[in-house]
This record gives sequence, structure tokens and C-alpha cells, in this order.
Amino acid sequence: MKLTELTIKQAHEGLKNKEFTSVDLTKAYLDKIERSDLNTFITVTRELALEQAKAADVKIATGEFGMLCGIPCAIKDNILIQDVKCTAASKILENYVAPYDATVIKKLKEQGVVILGKTNLDEFAMGSSTENSAYKITKNPRDLTRVPGGSSGGSAAAVAGNECCFALGSETNGSVRLPASFCGVVGLKPTYGAVSRYGLIAFGSSLDQVGPLTKTVEDAEIIFEVLSGKDGMDATSANYIFEESKISLKGLRIGIPIEYFAKGVEPEVEKIVRQAIKKAENKGAEIIEISLPSTDYALAAYYIVATSEASSNLSRFDGVKYGLSEPGKDLLDVYLKSKGHGFGAEVKRRIMLGTYSLSSGYYDAYYKKAQDVIGLIKNDFVKAFEKVDVIFAPVCPTPAFKIGERVADPIAMYLTDIMNSGSSLAGLPGISMPAGKMGDLPVGLQIIGNHFEENKILAVAEEMEKLLK
Amino acid sequence: MISKEEVEKIAKLARLELTDIETEKMQKDLSAILDYFDLLKKAPLRQGSAGHAPKVRDGSLRKDDVLPRDSSVVERIITGAPDKKDGYIKVKTIL
Repeated sequence: MKLTELTIKQAHEGLKNKEFTSVDLTKAYLDKIERSDLNTFITVTRELALEQAKAADVKIATGEFGMLCGIPCAIKDNILIQDVKCTAASKILENYVAPYDATVIKKLKEQGVVILGKTNLDEFAMGSSTENSAYKITKNPRDLTRVPGGSSGGSAAAVAGNECCFALGSETNGSVRLPASFCGVVGLKPTYGAVSRYGLIAFGSSLDQVGPLTKTVEDAEIIFEVLSGKDGMDATSANYIFEESKISLKGLRIGIPIEYFAKGVEPEVEKIVRQAIKKAENKGAEIIEISLPSTDYALAAYYIVATSEASSNLSRFDGVKYGLSEPGKDLLDVYLKSKGHGFGAEVKRRIMLGTYSLSSGYYDAYYKKAQDVIGLIKNDFVKAFEKVDVIFAPVCPTPAFKIGERVADPIAMYLTDIMNSGSSLAGLPGISMPAGKMGDLPVGLQIIGNHFEENKILAVAEEMEKLLK
Repeated sequence: MISKEEVEKIAKLARLELTDIETEKMQKDLSAILDYFDLLKKAPLRQGSAGHAPKVRDGSLRKDDVLPRDSSVVERIITGAPDKKDGYIKVKTIL
């Protein structure tokens, strides 16, 4: 097996047994990145990576080192790493250098990881294909003519293309799960509040979470355990300590929401997901049909709430505090020109939508209505989890689509995330894992759990991984 | 379809400069998306809804004290600002 194909656990064993050093591992990835045409990285932090690898090797030589020590990773370029450029794939932050580490980065550095670089994304994480990046189009390693999904497309493609051992992404609605599904890797979106958002460039603050993209479920668990927990710098982070569980499929109550298997799901996608469900049933799981009646409203409610929050969050890029600043005759002119020139089309569209939804005369019909609908959606899940332990569903109605196929039609692009909106709005954790393939194209199975039950969905996903291999 | 004037009004509120071409495209795109949002009108009314505002958990609010921060972070923040003078971020005259 090549060095770049190893899982975290395998790489750790190799380092422990002195089969290779962290510098060997790091150089293997850096070479791979250099030769790659997938366009996964915006910034490669070669010097930082080699410096961290050398430090890790010193620690490894002592024999006392943790699971992540010396393991090379990639970070989505909306997460701050001190003294490294952080662009959020936007021209407005083209030359912005992060002044401090995000809490998740601080935690990873404490473990002794090696950071290979910053990965491509949709500008400010707004998109489902990574085509909204101001810098480059990332290709899906499974089919170079297709998108990797988004917005954490660079991270998912880097894991799938063996350009890192694991990666961090972020999700507001599907941005970890969708690219994981499209690229055939594992992606975990944690419960809202499980992981600190400090140092993650804000998009929709009531929804944003950082999550791992990995080659195996076990690796996702390793990373989640490190990332999760209370942080004094994020008042919405929870006092939560992850504890691993072993859960047998026997007797497990798996909910199948009828609304997620309705029209619009490609028959082949449905077949692959249903086959996975059947395998769980064969192992003794109880399959229970459930209804989440407000599912139809979730995507619209999501776009209203997330764009409203974005319109407020992105007002900070005013040409005064960071990045791009266009000269103007007065302060207002600086604002107008810096934002007008610095933001891309999708970001502008969302700022406009959010501003509209919050504006006088429309607030009740849009923002307030969306908040009411979120209440309905949450109730649906509360009722569902009275009857079932976990929920199984597809991640997306289709596999990865062609580059360029949906860029001209914002609604078609938005609909890509229709199966993630409900659980995102309800703040629930979800994991996407490879369930099968349509030709070369991976199809993901999604497992949704109740709040702070990552232990449960990870344990179930590990059991499913054995069945789906 | 949402009018040109309405798009211009929203853009002004958002402090966003749009070109004529962008304004025209925005009219079309926003109209299509707002039409899609209309499906929320069909959602049942919910009594006494508390909405979704994320709840700050008990005991997680700290005192409103100034916390000591590494001065090098402050320097880095100021270095990153487009216009600065004597260790301060410079803003255009407002009045």
C-alpha cells in the first residue's frame, strides 16, 4: 500500500513501527499535491508542513505520542491558521493572513498534526459544487468531468484523491455530507454546538459547524473526539464530552423517512440506499417507516435563515477591517465599491436575499415565517426520535453532476442539498458514508442521530461500513 | 418580477454596488428564488412558536470583562487592515 493511501490508524501504526517517518509521509503527500490536477488546494503550506513533520518525528522518537502526531491533513480555507493566508475562496480576502488559530486548529496542533495546506471551497462556503470559488474549479477524483460537491469540495477531493490523510470541512447545510457522498469518503456534520466555531469564517451562525472528512468511520471518530467540546471563545459550544459506544445492529430501530424516498430521487440512488437498509435489516435491525411532514419546507426555510444571517455576517467585509479595499470618495463609497468588486455572484445573490428577507415589510413573510417552519421541522424530528434510534436516508437525490451543469440555475443548485436541510435546521448530527456506486460514481448513505448522539451514529456507521465493504 | 428599483433599494441597504448587468440578472434570480420561497405560505401555522434562535446554554455566558490577549495577535490584526496609522486602523472621515 502506498503511503498516501493509509488511514489515520494505519499511518499511526506505521509511524509507531518505524516503517516510515512523518517527514516521509508529508513529502509523499506534498509530491502528490504538486503533481495533481484536481485543483484541491488554494494554498499549500509546504514549509509549515515539513517543520511540523520534523517536530512530530522528534516526539515520535520518544515513543510517547498520540494518534494524530505526525499525520498530514488539509484544512478548508475558511478556517483560520495563524500566519497562513485564509481566502474563503473570495477575492475580497485574497491577501488576508489569519491573525490567530481557530480553536479546532489549536486542538489539532496540540495533537501534533501536519498541515499540508488550505483547500478550495465555494466562496464563503456558499454553494454545493465548489464551482463558486473565485480561484479554481476542483475536480472530482472519481470522475474528472464532475464536481466534487460543496462547499467543502476541496477537502473531500483531497481525501478521496489521497492528497491528505484527513481533512476538515465545514457545514451549514450539507457542505460536509454532500461532498463526502460525491467523492466516496466519510463526512461527519456534528450536532450544532458540539464543535467550537471560533476561527471559522461565519456564514450562517446558527447552523455552521466544523466537521471531519476521512477515509473511514473510525478516522472520523478520532478527529471528532479531538475537535469536540466546550470552548470559552464560542458561547454556543456545549459542555459535551464524546464517549465512544459499541452498538449492535441487532434490535436497532432505524427510521426511514418516506419523504426522503419520494419523487426526484434517482432510482439507482434509491436502490443503493435501500440495499444498505436491507443489509442492516438482515443483521437484525428493525426498519420503521417514519414521516417528517415538514420536509418540503426545509430548503426554503434554510435559504431564508442562512442568507439572512450571511447578510449580517458578511457586512464586516467593508474595506476597512480586512482584505480588499477599493478607494472611494467617502466611507459609503468605500463600502459599496469594496463589496461590489470583492464578492462573487453567488455571495452577492445571498446577501441580497438575506437583506430582502430581513427588510421592513418582508420580515414577517420571510424571516419570521422561516423561523416558525423551523419549529415545525424540529418537532418532526422530536417525534421521530421517540420511535427510532437513528434515521437512514440518501445524502443527495443524485450522484455527482457534471462541471458546469447547474451553475446557471441557482435553484437547481440549491435543490442539491434538499436532504440535508431538515437535520441542519434542527441542529442534528449526520454522517455520510459510501454505500455503493453508480458506475464510477459513489453514492452516500446518510445516518442522522439525535442531538449529541454522535457516538450512536458513528457506532452504527462502523457496523454499516463492515457490511458495505 | 421584482422591480429594478426594488433591487437597487435592497443593494443600497446591503451596501453593495451592482452593475446594470448585475442588477438585471439579480431581478431575474431573486424573483425565481422568492417564487420558490412562496411554498412556505402553505406551511401550517404554529401557535406560540419560539423559533430557532440558538439557545445560549445555562452558565455559558462569561462576565463582560476585558480578557487579556496576546499583543502579537492585535499587531497581526492591525497589519491585516488595508489602511492604518500608528497602530490604529484608519477609517475615512465620517462627518
